[in-house]
Amino acid sequence: MNLEYSDAQKAFRDEVRAFLADNLPERLTDKGRGMRGLTKADHEEWHAILHKKGWLAANWPKEHGGAAFDAIQRHILEDEMTRAGAPRIVPFGIAMLGPVLQKFGSKEQQDRYLPRILNGDDWWCQGYSEPGAGSDLASLRCEAVRDGDHYIVNGQKTWTTLGQHANMIFCLVRTSKEGKPQAGISFLLIDMDTPGVEVRPIVLIDGGAEVNEVWFSDVRVPVENLVGEENKGWTYAKYLLTHERTNIAGVGFANAGLDSLKRIARLEDDGDRKLIENPHFAARLARLEIDLMAMETTNLRVVSAAAARQAPGAESSMLKVKGTIIRQEINALTKTAVGPYAMPFQSEAVDGANEAPVGPDHAAKATGAYLNNRKLSIYGGSNEVQRTIIAKTMLEL
Amino acid sequence: MNFDLSDEGRMLQDGLRRYLTDAYTPDARRAAVADGFSADIWSGLAEMGVIGALFTEAQGGFGGTGFDIALVFEEMGRAGAVDPLIDTGLLGGGLLAKAGRDDLLETVIAGEMQLALAHTEPGGRYDLSRVTTTATQDGEGWVLAGRKAVVVNAPAADMIVVSARTSGSTGDADGIALFLVDASHLTLAPYPLVGGGMASEIVLDDVKLPADALLGGAGDGLAMLVEVQARATLAVCAEALGLMEAIRALTVDYLKTRKQFGQPIGKFQVLQHRMADVLIEIEQARSAVINLAGNLDGDDRDLHLHATKNLIGEVAKLVVEESIQMHGGIGVTEEYDLGHLAKRLTMVDHRFGDALYHLERFIALRAA
Repeated sequence: MNLEYSDAQKAFRDEVRAFLADNLPERLTDKGRGMRGLTKADHEEWHAILHKKGWLAANWPKEHGGAAFDAIQRHILEDEMTRAGAPRIVPFGIAMLGPVLQKFGSKEQQDRYLPRILNGDDWWCQGYSEPGAGSDLASLRCEAVRDGDHYIVNGQKTWTTLGQHANMIFCLVRTSKEGKPQAGISFLLIDMDTPGVEVRPIVLIDGGAEVNEVWFSDVRVPVENLVGEENKGWTYAKYLLTHERTNIAGVGFANAGLDSLKRIARLEDDGDRKLIENPHFAARLARLEIDLMAMETTNLRVVSAAAARQAPGAESSMLKVKGTIIRQEINALTKTAVGPYAMPFQSEAVDGANEAPVGPDHAAKATGAYLNNRKLSIYGGSNEVQRTIIAKTMLEL
Repeated sequence: MNFDLSDEGRMLQDGLRRYLTDAYTPDARRAAVADGFSADIWSGLAEMGVIGALFTEAQGGFGGTGFDIALVFEEMGRAGAVDPLIDTGLLGGGLLAKAGRDDLLETVIAGEMQLALAHTEPGGRYDLSRVTTTATQDGEGWVLAGRKAVVVNAPAADMIVVSARTSGSTGDADGIALFLVDASHLTLAPYPLVGGGMASEIVLDDVKLPADALLGGAGDGLAMLVEVQARATLAVCAEALGLMEAIRALTVDYLKTRKQFGQPIGKFQVLQHRMADVLIEIEQARSAVINLAGNLDGDDRDLHLHATKNLIGEVAKLVVEESIQMHGGIGVTEEYDLGHLAKRLTMVDHRFGDALYHLERFIALRAA
């Protein structure tokens, strides 16, 4: 048992820190931006900086332009970037589609799409959930019918994150109604400029519009955009999910959130003391920190095990449940910390407009973040679905 | 022991519930949320005697007990109403009543005047004695200088009650005075609130006031504020209860109709048990509101005030988080009804002291 990183891992961590200190624009960090929303151009700028360093696709093999980092290196990179307040790497192309194309895509698909993910020519989004298919994803109905050398796609996808920026979407579509629902699903790549594709924003309770509905009306998709085999899409989707879940604990986000919460609690007046000196507040803060310290080690245990063998298994469900609970509680306590200044609706905090916030800068985003991050325990397989996976797989109930 | 409403109470409850159900159409609510309130609904409420129900007969109303306040605000909550009954009625109107300004109070009860209370200051948090704004005598009149934070309903208010120090320093109980200021003498920067309605920061840059702007005696400010805030706290707790009931109804309905894995999700035992816990906690919230309402004019008021506001804050968090979770994605959308109700319920913890604040006060009272 040794809780320390190896010398090589420490050296890598130092290299990451030095790189971030020199290359992460202050303007793009939470601090530099007054905690305001990131634009498409902001994301693209940060991707380009990482791409130049060769770190954008940490999980990809070298032959596809990735860094081929192991699980511990990837953890160090993600953790340091999040702590430094860097924009998160938009996951749809890098973390999700890339690995699927590398494993199941044709040579033509790999040659065409992988470089365009890295150089920013394509912005991908994910077409999975439908209004009637959320936790029960396999019941999806968006349909692709073969017509010569095209598929004709009809249906609707929803909760499409950052779909407003995307020019490409990877979709799960129904190509067969025979057998189990999982057996009739295919994985299709769709150019969003094709006639019949329509993106409609969904306004969320924090006032932002980061998710969308995507509608397909008689959209003609060339058959060469099918990934792998027809009706095998569920297998590819499951493979994709194992990659989506590598940073699922969100330890970096939790640490950044806790740091920010402590900073706020040291700034906020609470009578003749600072809020951090309020014993009741301090007790809640301490409980969160204690949970997070253990969570960080749980995460590293899973990451180490994954580094030793392959993609994480059901343990990632455990990380997701505990990780999201901790992050949501940090958001809740941050909202508490800002007191009456949680009440103003601060649209500039979500949409990046250029108005001065009401009250102190540190209060501007608290309520929006609390409300918005209710999604953490809903998306990517709700926490209820994760607990069922744990019960079935780890407990064998 | 009798937990039933009086006949008059039941009539008011039925009438108000019917009125708000009809008046608060989804479109009307959207408009009211954005504008702060609806002038039509405000007139309707005044006509029904809803504002009068917040005041005693001696004050020109026909209610004014804790149970009257609880009844009215539970219905307001149930409808997700945003009308500034707390600000114009219990805070502004309550202070006019304390100061014996019956002439103005009559106008308020008739629904013809809007009020706001400018008391909280940046950094002042929830302690009523944190006043740094100064009131300096200037001949016969006064000069006010300082800053006020998140003044709810200020943009709609005709008159604004402003607290300021005539002596002492921040945190002193003595030396706080209240002034009734014509809103047109103040510069506002209005903004919307997360839970609906409007507010403003107010910068008092040597605002000159006549001698008769003083509301009540020069040293009475804090005592008056404590009194009206106790009633406003009951109101916001009862409103929270109504919001919880509305959210519960929506969520149970969703559990019955939303199908996944071939059955309504309400058939899954894990969700049944969690919804059962939500119900149990909402009943606890109802009892806490009854405790405060019944003790509002009694010796143990403060103990119940802290207990109730603490419990409401904790239960509100549970109800908001569980209802959104059980709805899934649609629970975080602006368009669906739950969004507004959940946001309004979330904001209850940020007025008149949050759960932590009242926990500490409760402990201090019990230790005393």
